[in-house]
Amino acid sequence: MPVSFLNLKMTEQTPLRKSSLISDQEAENITRVEELAYEIKVQEVMTPNPITMTTSMKMREVLEQFRVARISGAPIVEEGQLIGIISIEDLIRCLIKADLEAEIQKYMTHNPFTVKGDDPVVEALKMFVSTKVGRLPVINKEGQLIGILTKGDITRGLLKALQQDYQTEEVRRYRASHLFEDIESERTSLILRYNIKAGDFTHGGEASSKIKRALSRMGASPQIARRCGIATYEAEMNLIIHTTEGGVIRVEIEPHQISIDVYDSGPGIQDVELAMKPGYSTASEKVRELGFGAGMGLVNISRCVDIMKLESVWGKGTRLRMKIFLKKEDTVGEGHAAKSLEEK
Amino acid sequence: MKLNEIVQKLNGKVLHSKINLDAEVKGAGGADLMSDVLASIQPQAILLTGLCNPQVVRTAMMADVLAIVLVRGKTPPVETVQLAEKEHIPLISTPFGMFEACGILYQAGLSCLERPVSDQDCFAS
Repeated sequence: MPVSFLNLKMTEQTPLRKSSLISDQEAENITRVEELAYEIKVQEVMTPNPITMTTSMKMREVLEQFRVARISGAPIVEEGQLIGIISIEDLIRCLIKADLEAEIQKYMTHNPFTVKGDDPVVEALKMFVSTKVGRLPVINKEGQLIGILTKGDITRGLLKALQQDYQTEEVRRYRASHLFEDIESERTSLILRYNIKAGDFTHGGEASSKIKRALSRMGASPQIARRCGIATYEAEMNLIIHTTEGGVIRVEIEPHQISIDVYDSGPGIQDVELAMKPGYSTASEKVRELGFGAGMGLVNISRCVDIMKLESVWGKGTRLRMKIFLKKEDTVGEGHAAKSLEEK
Repeated sequence: MKLNEIVQKLNGKVLHSKINLDAEVKGAGGADLMSDVLASIQPQAILLTGLCNPQVVRTAMMADVLAIVLVRGKTPPVETVQLAEKEHIPLISTPFGMFEACGILYQAGLSCLERPVSDQDCFAS
């Protein structure tokens, strides 16, 4: 169970939490730490080019190296290949026996556990737990030593990544949610445009995902973002399924309303009234296999938006206009959402 | 119920690593028709489905679905797994069929997060 284990590990190591109570905010961070442990590679957090020892060295030299460089362990390399590791514990065993003139070979650990540079950090964490070693030599695909890794390196690396991550999203969210605040005009709006290709099922829903994300960043409530996402997604799939040349999704975001305009240049709808009827569809078997084409798309859209207008001329094209009105507490781009969060 | 309990109960296989098995699941819904999912599933539910194409992941994103469970032991195409991984939507495959998988979770006390879609909407003439 790598994930829960990681939770435990981070609680032990990071001085982040003072109390034993974990707030939602912190719980969110833990989740991200888990993700990061899978995303970040060992080579990104390890100490590169560590001090190394050779087999020709005596234990006295090891002691001297440890003292001068203030380290507590070092890998032993022979012709570029890692052959062992020596740690302060080995040195202590040697000191107890007053055996400082001994060869390094006598006290070193042969064939130590290693991790690969392109392994995710979580692999290293698992190895630290199963082997109980304090440091792991990091090797590349050819088996050559490229660095050394301690648990401290991992903690530092994760915290750094977490902080970067958090700041980037915070800055983005802050900027976007205050977009309209300092701009004065009679009527300010932000327009997003997306070109949708006919028959491009692979990218179906990409534009809607981007729209939904943009709205969330601008401070839209989860409900508003969801309603907009569902409505544009159904409309986007309609463009992909039914048009000959594809079409355009245009979203105009204003503090008090979101207007979505979806238009194409053909083939148009023969009977608009019939098209609006739940269960009516002209979709092909292929489209139905994708889970669409049951004649529910337009019905779903009308459930999600406040105003919906469908116009079409057979042979010319179709235009679907939708509007979602935002209540005062739901307004986007003016920092209100952010403010109400602060008050909590 | 936590997501990892659901994986265990369904003898499930987790299909990518961007998954938080400690996430709390409030309920579930089952559907093969994506428009039904969009119309009826409540936020933070897990979705049991027999569909494997990338559209399932997109639908899940739009409807704030917490995790997708693919029934009947289906292996989805690479594009589906990649998209789910990119968008951090947990993707789980279970050998059980739709009926059995839903039954197991329902018996284990998971509640239904499907909102009925009114008759009027479906059979309007």
